[in-house]
Amino acid sequence: MKEKTVFEEDLKKLQKIVEELSGGKVTLGESLKKYEEGVRLAKSCSQVLAEAQRKVELLMKKDGKFDLGKFDDSGEGQE
Amino acid sequence: MQKISKLEKHIYSVSEITQAIKGLLEDKIGEVWLEGEISNFSVGPNGHFYFSLKDQNAIIKAAMFVYANKGLKFKPDNGLKVICFGRINVYAPYGQYQIIVERIEPKGVGARQLAFEQLKKKLEQEGLFDQAHKKPLPLLPFSVGIVTSAKGAAVRDILQILKKGASFVDVLIRPVRVQGELAAAEICAAVEELNHFGKSDLIIVSRGGGSTEDLWAFNEEIVARAIYNSALPVISAVGHQINTTIADLVADIFVETPTAAAKIIVDKKNALIAELAAAKHELDFSVTELISGLENRLTGLTHMLKSPADRLQEKQQFLDELFSGLNYNMRHALELAGERSHSLIERLGTLSPLSILSRGYSLSMLMPQGEVIKEAGQIKPGDRLKTVLHKGSFTSLVQEVLKDERENGI
Repeated sequence: MKEKTVFEEDLKKLQKIVEELSGGKVTLGESLKKYEEGVRLAKSCSQVLAEAQRKVELLMKKDGKFDLGKFDDSGEGQE
Repeated sequence: MQKISKLEKHIYSVSEITQAIKGLLEDKIGEVWLEGEISNFSVGPNGHFYFSLKDQNAIIKAAMFVYANKGLKFKPDNGLKVICFGRINVYAPYGQYQIIVERIEPKGVGARQLAFEQLKKKLEQEGLFDQAHKKPLPLLPFSVGIVTSAKGAAVRDILQILKKGASFVDVLIRPVRVQGELAAAEICAAVEELNHFGKSDLIIVSRGGGSTEDLWAFNEEIVARAIYNSALPVISAVGHQINTTIADLVADIFVETPTAAAKIIVDKKNALIAELAAAKHELDFSVTELISGLENRLTGLTHMLKSPADRLQEKQQFLDELFSGLNYNMRHALELAGERSHSLIERLGTLSPLSILSRGYSLSMLMPQGEVIKEAGQIKPGDRLKTVLHKGSFTSLVQEVLKDERENGI
């Protein structure tokens, strides 16, 4: 979840930077800083999307309590 | 009187005659199939149905007790044409005959179809399908809760698509039965639990293809309400063809297959990647634009900065022009001066001693030296003289020298 909020914040920041830069009202020094930041954000966001770190879990309920179990997805990909 | 006495052979009580009629009707007619249109439909406090069945010319009261109507898939209503199975009964306290309905089927359409239409209409009127209630999907779901059978093809399909296209997504499977009597309640509980448990950004309620019968749980009212009440957005992906369920209608998004549900997430991801690329592009463009703008300004400024040099050049040019003008003037002045001196020289000529000769004077020189003779003491008799006149000259020999003629009183 933390990853998610960071991602969305990054996206928002990136959007803001793009707007600021295309507005053309920033100084060269500032714009280069913002550009660098923007490129960094775009890269990190893309990385998040590219990362293959999926978890597949089963949500079970036992005696009124939630329990996370492993999902056997060994059959996956056979189709 | 005679007639009366004949009839008076047996006097029935009301109960007796009612009993007789009851026996006659219930024995002679008994169980029947009856077709008619429902009117005056009402539900009693105990859940019994009371209504009438009618056609163009007649009407008959009907009752369907709760034991018989409990599992009914559709809701009987006024105007509905039905086929009933039941037995004719006489209700003595009201002196009424009626049919006690055991089974009822809508005429023309199947009971399930009708139930579906009825529930659809009801929920539609309640606003459960309203676009205004549809929750937007998150920008990008990072965790997806799936309500489906853990053993079905649906979950495999979804996982496969996600693995291929959106591998960053965590999946939380809440296994449920997707068909049978218990399915609806389990699906409801699962949707509520996933909401409660958190950690998911959206829920996919799914089941692979099957008959209308198999998919029935997804047409149950409790399932519809559970989906409607879900705080998390719900994607409904039931079946493998276009068989829209109530769950589909009430869900925030519905797709035809489990695969399509997973593809929504993949598409969202791809759209975001494209957006990121566009943002990157725009960043590059903005900065390039900014820099080239600054370059232009710089060029302009540099140009303006050069301008004094240009002015210097202008001055230089002006100076050159002046100088060449000066030369010209100088030459002109010199020419003028030349002319003037020439005239002066001419004038000077008039003043030359030679011009004096023209007035009758002459000039004598001692020869051969050519020395101009200014006084008599320079010569002695016998000297040869050359005398220059205004025109021509002559030589002469000195006869006598007279010293200082003027002193001697000439």
